[in-house]
Amino acid sequence: MLDWIHLTVPPAPAMFAQLLVGLINGAFYALLSLGLAVIFGLLNIINFAHGAQYMLGAFCAWFLLNALGLGYWPALILAPIIVGAVGIAIERLLLRHIYGLDHLYGLLLTFGLALIIEGVFRQQFGSSGQPYAIPPELQGGRNLGFMFLPNYRAWVIVASVAVCLATWFTIERTRLGAYLRAATENPVLVQAFGINVPRMITLTYGAGVALAALAGVMAAPIYQVSPLMGSNIIITVFAVVVIGGMGSILGAIVSGFALGLVEGLTKVFYPEASSTVIFVVMALVLLIKPAGFFGRAR
Amino acid sequence: MAEIGRWNRILAAVLLGLALIAPFILYPVFVMEALCFALFACAFNLLIGYVGLLSFGHAAFFGAAAYVTAHTVKVWGFPPELGIFAGTAVAALLGMVVGWLAIRRQGIYFAMITLALAQMVYFVALQARFTGGEDGIQAVPRGKLLGVLDLSDSLTMYYFVLAVFLIGFAVIVRTVRSPFGQVIEAIRENEPRAVSLGYDADRYKLLAFILSAGLSGLAGSLKSLVFQLASLTDVQWTMSGEVVLMTLVGGLGTVLGPVVGAFFLTAMQHYLAQLGSWVTVVQGVIFVFCVLVFRRGIVGVVASYAAGRRKPAGIAPAAAERSAESCAART
Repeated sequence: MLDWIHLTVPPAPAMFAQLLVGLINGAFYALLSLGLAVIFGLLNIINFAHGAQYMLGAFCAWFLLNALGLGYWPALILAPIIVGAVGIAIERLLLRHIYGLDHLYGLLLTFGLALIIEGVFRQQFGSSGQPYAIPPELQGGRNLGFMFLPNYRAWVIVASVAVCLATWFTIERTRLGAYLRAATENPVLVQAFGINVPRMITLTYGAGVALAALAGVMAAPIYQVSPLMGSNIIITVFAVVVIGGMGSILGAIVSGFALGLVEGLTKVFYPEASSTVIFVVMALVLLIKPAGFFGRAR
Repeated sequence: MAEIGRWNRILAAVLLGLALIAPFILYPVFVMEALCFALFACAFNLLIGYVGLLSFGHAAFFGAAAYVTAHTVKVWGFPPELGIFAGTAVAALLGMVVGWLAIRRQGIYFAMITLALAQMVYFVALQARFTGGEDGIQAVPRGKLLGVLDLSDSLTMYYFVLAVFLIGFAVIVRTVRSPFGQVIEAIRENEPRAVSLGYDADRYKLLAFILSAGLSGLAGSLKSLVFQLASLTDVQWTMSGEVVLMTLVGGLGTVLGPVVGAFFLTAMQHYLAQLGSWVTVVQGVIFVFCVLVFRRGIVGVVASYAAGRRKPAGIAPAAAERSAESCAART
């Protein structure tokens, strides 16, 4: 029945290698859709500039290395702070003015911002990528018997899972997170209890942007640092968000990793479809469960 | 109101006169390009301006139709009118599938779904054999219209493009003012109410989506004959963004706005062509500017000024603002 797909079972190491690539992609999908979900929860804005901010994170690490000689580990801390500060400035100067309007204006405004950021970097660096070396501590890899696992990739998976869980814990289990969730439900009431909601909104946007930048720094040694890296990934992340639904933080994390794996598996069995499989999954989910797997119906 | 009607007739006559003499004053290919984008933006505006649905994936219909027309005309030897019909039909079919999936969600999700599905079309165009990958389909012959009119002559081509644009434009204006148009506006204003009155909202949305996709395809088909080229640019997400910007600059939900926006942005691209990526930056700045302080767009502002009142408008203006809006719609 499926003759035309030419299914072939690949050797196991190749399959595990593709699954690892899928898991790595999934880590970035998870980090980015997590940031989108956090921002959307409080601001009701789909941050189209998320991809551009992810790219900014990677370029920030690149600048820190090439201009100041600061390596990967300082960049892992500094780049999210710097790009997060840019995000805070964007929120204060621009986004603040459109909260009263239809949500679509938020999408349009951040789309404009994405064009600006990406255009400036394309003008400076062209479309080609800049190399960024793996930090010496994480070079090399280990043989697990069934496959070869590069240390850096193992680190990315561990670190992104840790960041995802920490974000989930902060939002679902701490007092700060409780305020945040309350403000998502009813900002006016929370403000009446004496909590500075506008400041919370600003910091939330900054934190979401910092998450994107963190993903960018982690991605820099794997993919090249390129002005186009953000727009390539953000549309896929949107599909991930539609599949998972934006109602839950855990949903964003789980669907990010799961779809990365699906993509990796498709690369093994039917490589031609690997770039479109997530969109196909999205179409199927829309047919079966239009609100997304973890979403609230709206 | 009769006064406004008279002014509109005069305005229409002046614009038509300008369009007829334009190729003698301006570079014809530029005007043809602007007309193609104007039709594209008008088709897009049908959805955002009247149904209130923001599609971020209209490049899929524009680009798919461009590829189909280019392929059928060049490889299969279709005459231009049949090639354009094939492109438009494929775009409408694609619109049926995309619309059928996308209308299950609303607002922001609708925008993300259309964007994602359009990205899928982009990847298909990138990988499929017949699209020519990065090269696109080049040197598409314009052929002879109905076997008589030689379209390789740029004046003949211009008047053909103008005629197609006017037909498309008339279809949109007629749709907006028909009972069907009234119903889709009602759905935009208050969907539960429209449903409670017995209108099948999803069916109306889907029909509007198919119409919008088909007309976008018509614009794409026309464009592939004008430039004798169908390429990945036509189907990329940046193209979807451009059509949003054209409509936003000209005025969402106004009849003439998308046309004005398309001419404005096409002209800008011609003047700034040597600046490379700065064009993208300028487009981004215009986006931000329009969203923050210029949400009514050029035509929206002019129309409300002409009507002697200034009221804020938006993607879904409240009922109280409808009067100013309807003046704009008539302009």
